[in-house]
Amino acid sequence: MAEALTTYLNEDLLPLPFCPGCGHSAIVKHLDAALVKLQLDPRQVVLVTDIGCQGLTDRYFDTNAFHGLHGRSVTYATGIKLVNPDLKVIVLIGDGGTGIGGHHLLNAARRNLGITVLVFNNLNFGMTGGEHSVTTPPGARTATTRYGHLERPLDLCATVGVNGAGFAARATSFDKNLPDLIAAAIQHEGFALIDIWELCTAYFVEENRFNRTLLERAMDELGFSTGILYQHDGPEYSQATRAALSDQRGKPTLPPQPLEPHYTSAVETAMHCAIAGAAGAKVGSAAGIFCQGAILAGLWATQRSDYPVTVKTGHSVADVVLSRDDAFHVGTTPPDLMIVLFAEGLHKERGRIARLKPEATLFIDAALLPVQTAARVVPLDFSGTRQKKEAWAMMAVAAMLQHTGLYPLDALREAAALRPAFAAQNLAAIAEGVALLARE
Amino acid sequence: MREFIDGAEAIARGALDAGCTFFAGYPITPATPILLHMIRELPKVGGVAIQAEDEIAALGFCLGATMTGARAMTATSGPGISLYSEHIGLAIMGEVPLVIVNVQRMGPSTGGATTTAQGDIQFMRWGTSGGYPVIVLAPTDVRDCYRLTGHAFGLAERFRVPVFLATDKDTVATRATVDLAAYERFPVRERPLADPAAPFVPYRVAHLDDVPPLAHVGGPHLVRFTSSSHDERGYLTKNPPDVDRLNRHLAAKIEAHLDEIALVESDLQDGAETLLISYGITARPAQEAVRMARAAGRRVSSLVVRSLWPVPETAIRAALAGVRRALVVELNLGQYRREIERLARGEQEVSGVHRVDGTLIGAREILSEGGLA
Repeated sequence: MAEALTTYLNEDLLPLPFCPGCGHSAIVKHLDAALVKLQLDPRQVVLVTDIGCQGLTDRYFDTNAFHGLHGRSVTYATGIKLVNPDLKVIVLIGDGGTGIGGHHLLNAARRNLGITVLVFNNLNFGMTGGEHSVTTPPGARTATTRYGHLERPLDLCATVGVNGAGFAARATSFDKNLPDLIAAAIQHEGFALIDIWELCTAYFVEENRFNRTLLERAMDELGFSTGILYQHDGPEYSQATRAALSDQRGKPTLPPQPLEPHYTSAVETAMHCAIAGAAGAKVGSAAGIFCQGAILAGLWATQRSDYPVTVKTGHSVADVVLSRDDAFHVGTTPPDLMIVLFAEGLHKERGRIARLKPEATLFIDAALLPVQTAARVVPLDFSGTRQKKEAWAMMAVAAMLQHTGLYPLDALREAAALRPAFAAQNLAAIAEGVALLARE
Repeated sequence: MREFIDGAEAIARGALDAGCTFFAGYPITPATPILLHMIRELPKVGGVAIQAEDEIAALGFCLGATMTGARAMTATSGPGISLYSEHIGLAIMGEVPLVIVNVQRMGPSTGGATTTAQGDIQFMRWGTSGGYPVIVLAPTDVRDCYRLTGHAFGLAERFRVPVFLATDKDTVATRATVDLAAYERFPVRERPLADPAAPFVPYRVAHLDDVPPLAHVGGPHLVRFTSSSHDERGYLTKNPPDVDRLNRHLAAKIEAHLDEIALVESDLQDGAETLLISYGITARPAQEAVRMARAAGRRVSSLVVRSLWPVPETAIRAALAGVRRALVVELNLGQYRREIERLARGEQEVSGVHRVDGTLIGAREILSEGGLA
């Protein structure tokens, strides 16, 4: 084994840049002592630092260092840990960062992600001028609470603790056992957080005549206990993720679903077919099968969809273009053929129906008639069908195909059977759709 | 082999074939299908895909993952790009290769979630503080969704920069017949890594436009990474020569290689007075309009821009050189037209066919509004 490391600090860069009496210097030394105690390979240690004075610390450590944006340190730590669960990822964050990045902290705790979060909690924003943070005690004077702070401070340990953190502790920068506590947090497999209270001599001490005694009294008055407050073993998230996904490994990704043409089609110039109906009525599925049948007949098909943000209410429109080339037609021309079903389809498409050209053909649920259009109208009478409304679009497509002869019905039937689970009901709908036309 | 797939599946396939191993995203219409594909597929190649707690976290995860050795992608829409902003800046500053798919929808704000648009064209370029360049590619169809996703990964590695795929609702949600195996592909580019045996200086480059090789966190070197102005060792600095060199490098590594990044489809006709310029979903009706105009005996040129940023200036100037006027077709009120006006310098008349009602521009509309009917 290599010679034991006596420090992880880069002594060429010392001294630390913090104000005289600032707690940050003490915490940095305690962290170094913890790393020395654990004798971790520096290449396996990542210090992820946040914004604020504590964000200056990573440069003094000869470990990996990742310094990012305010409150987001936990997000980088998450990405690092998910890719390499073996790394010891230590987040250094201020009380400011736990505020703006509270969402990330909460979610990392909830996941029990195996990172160590050391909160340099000096009760205010030290770098920007002594403004209050989410941990400022009530009554305190800060640059932004000139007349006394009115808000309750966030109990960081309780917050992460009740939401799944495997380890949460509170301490002060004066605690002699802090190296051992930090080492225990780093060794904990799951999410670990230590809320380390300390003095900001630049602002909080001056504004509030604050000192170690008052700091400890403030903790007492708030009922914020010190020591290890939450500790339990549970699945660590980055390893649990790998375990949960391991049986997927090696399976084929997005296997192709080939559609080899073996029918022929009469379509020569691009043919635009708009199919309008109601959401939840399988308009998109029927249009897709119509396209797949066309592809089996040697055509190139595109299917553009229009729908509102709602899921099973409102309209659903598919603009299908069949052509002999692969020009990715998106259906901006007036439709040559149009299917209109349900009140939602009619409501959405009344304008296009009115603008259809005389040579266009409109296939429409007879119950929706009359409509204003110049197109030839083929009414489809669904009143006698026993098919559910979810099958009407497929029926109408079959009727349109039978009427126009764009490509053989057998190609549509083959496309309709591509997904075995739906084959029987699709084929029944096609049969009844063809019959629907015969009844007219 | 013909298939019938949508742009979202084509993007997922492109990412997988380019070696993507990490994806983080947050559900948002109309980009969600890409998230769902990656959640289902990435574990099959030993990768990790995760739904983050918000968009800020999604891109933050990608940054940490990439620096630890992953090839990362994320996908969102306009409101998500707004939240990505600060981490786009970090990706630029820290020189992190990753791919950001923007499935554009109608803005501003929540706008129209299921409504197509091209309103983020300038936003993607200028969407973070500082003003330093990114790369933006714009697929015109489902085939491009596949090819350009792979190419985006390659460019990200080549330049260590976030690369956007500027799609839109209709490009991603439209299903089309494709023959992926038959299409020419951009080669998969391996990530240049620092020599494990030599000393590693994270941001050392010999020339301003060089791109430093990466070392991964957890690998043979200690890695220093920072969002702050830094020297070549990755240490925060305010020293003006170091800051100046860093910032000029971030610009030069892209701007000195415009022609390497440029991707356009020029279809120029001798004697044409008008040049139609289009990108993304509008390229299709624009090309159709050109075909129709020519069939009617008119001479007209077309330029489809697939690399929107950096602006492929050489190709655009060459296309402009022969014409009297340029007509820019886009689903916004003239965002890319600004760039064309800048390059035309008053020598060509520049106008546009613009639409912001959520519907697509048709070929006939281009012909009539463009005076080509």
